[in-house]
Amino acid sequence: MSDLLPSTATLVALIKIAALIGGLMTAAAYLVLVERWMAAWVQDRKGPNRVGIPLTKIRLFGLGQPLADGLKIILKEDFTPKHVDKVLYAAAPLMLLAASLAIFAAIPFGSALPPIPALGLTAEEPLLVAPNLDVGVLWVFALSSIAVYGVLLGGWASNNKYGFLGGLRSSAQLVAYEIPLGLGLLGVVLAAGSLRLDRIMDAQASTGIWYVFAQPLGFVVFLIASFAEAARLPFDLPEAEQELVGGYHTEYSGIKLLLFLVSEFLHMVTAAFLIVIMFLGGWHLWGITGSGPVETWWIAIIRFLVLSAKIFGVILFFMLVRWSWPRFRFDQLMSLAWKVMLPLGLANLVTVAAVEEFRPQLVEALGAGTAGCVAILIPWGVFFGGWIAAGLLTPSGVDNAPIRTHGPLDVEHELVET
Amino acid sequence: MKPTDPAITWIEDKPLNLAERLYLPLFLQGLTTTARHLVSPKVTVSFPDERPVVGNPLIYRGVHRLNRDPEGRVKCVACFLCATACPAHCIDIVAAESPWPDREKYPESFQIDELRCIFCGMCEEACPVDAIELTSLLDLTGKSREEMIFDKEKLLSVYDRTKDTEPMKSAAMGGTL
Repeated sequence: MSDLLPSTATLVALIKIAALIGGLMTAAAYLVLVERWMAAWVQDRKGPNRVGIPLTKIRLFGLGQPLADGLKIILKEDFTPKHVDKVLYAAAPLMLLAASLAIFAAIPFGSALPPIPALGLTAEEPLLVAPNLDVGVLWVFALSSIAVYGVLLGGWASNNKYGFLGGLRSSAQLVAYEIPLGLGLLGVVLAAGSLRLDRIMDAQASTGIWYVFAQPLGFVVFLIASFAEAARLPFDLPEAEQELVGGYHTEYSGIKLLLFLVSEFLHMVTAAFLIVIMFLGGWHLWGITGSGPVETWWIAIIRFLVLSAKIFGVILFFMLVRWSWPRFRFDQLMSLAWKVMLPLGLANLVTVAAVEEFRPQLVEALGAGTAGCVAILIPWGVFFGGWIAAGLLTPSGVDNAPIRTHGPLDVEHELVET
Repeated sequence: MKPTDPAITWIEDKPLNLAERLYLPLFLQGLTTTARHLVSPKVTVSFPDERPVVGNPLIYRGVHRLNRDPEGRVKCVACFLCATACPAHCIDIVAAESPWPDREKYPESFQIDELRCIFCGMCEEACPVDAIELTSLLDLTGKSREEMIFDKEKLLSVYDRTKDTEPMKSAAMGGTL
């Protein structure tokens, strides 16, 4: 009899998966509304504020808008052009969405629940779909790389030059920014001594020093790289509407387009999760959340709320930046990745490695308090030094001056000769 | 024209200074601009609930009206200047012998196709007797194309509706003509 019933652990995992996917999908729908509001407010408009409860006059500030948007796009014709590769065309959005959702298996969405003896849970239950996954960070990065294939596949299968260019740009950009992203991450992994995201949060909570304070350079590199990874402005070249129509999803419509757009939002949510968990202390907030194990429901809820609030704050920052910065040119994007972000990421990694290596000697020579201060001051010195060096040494990315010695005819002439 | 042409004056961009090369000050500048607009008063209105404020109704170019003279007769003398000036050819006038002694002709019928009209205000400029004017009514809707062809009675009724809020634009009335 007991063999037929799923075990408690399975049930708990299923509940967590259901809660996470339900929460993420709802969050993605409402983040679209938030994004539209932010866009409107920044442009001095009011934004969507009409749709409330259907069939009534109640408006609720437009909170019914996600439902209307979703219904509209689902009911639209799902048109497949004749010239596409049918199998890949259908597989691309599924692949992208599956990868974007599977990433969350290793991402904690809270601290933990206290033990519930009534249900047979004697230990605290971590708010993480796959607890005890020792390669959590690797899982996240592996799947976010697979998500690139979804984009590339969509662009390729569309058999359309705009889609193809969008896919190409996307692959070049994501491959380039994966490296600074990884370098920013490595510093954190080195300092925390674990590849598990929950351990990384615990490490920050136990010392009370978030890694944004201990590794400012790593934070900046990671932040910029995650903007590029999420293909958000100012790095949204894969789908630059003014240049590429819609980029890799030019040929998509209806529910398939919806899957693409949802995955894009999930990328942003993932990036916000990672930034908060790795650099902004996760669920930790001084004096409120404590740092020990979860004993009461009160602590569990407070920690969940703190984490959610931080993530929401980072997402708002993402949306505000969208209207603050113009899009980079592609050569500027590449030069930023390889000539600025890569050296800065390496500088951060070397600094963190040196500080961690010599921390025992520092503590021995200076005492714990002074050593802690020095261990924070050195990365800040490297941060300012590295930033100024990057500003002074990198070639200016705004050199748009025309070549005066060449007229259009001369250029044509040279092209013909060579 | 070649870049070396002496007629071209070339203006050099100033080289970036240190603060600009560091990017951060410019970034903060952009962010404060967007953040300021995020909370600043909005310029759009919830239309059917709130009416937009028309800056100066006397120079706004909305729905047309046909003015009446002090005796309540249509002011138009059917001179066809408005119909001639109209770039969209949306004014159709049928002139007839005037029943009144002070003018030779009057419009027997006066139709404006509001769907063809581009609201350029040329008719208003052309009119020698200030008979046709554009009001500040801006929500012009109808259920059929026929309904949007305004005849003389309708245009005169627009005058009756708006004459108190928007006096005629002749200089004596404080207008801009």
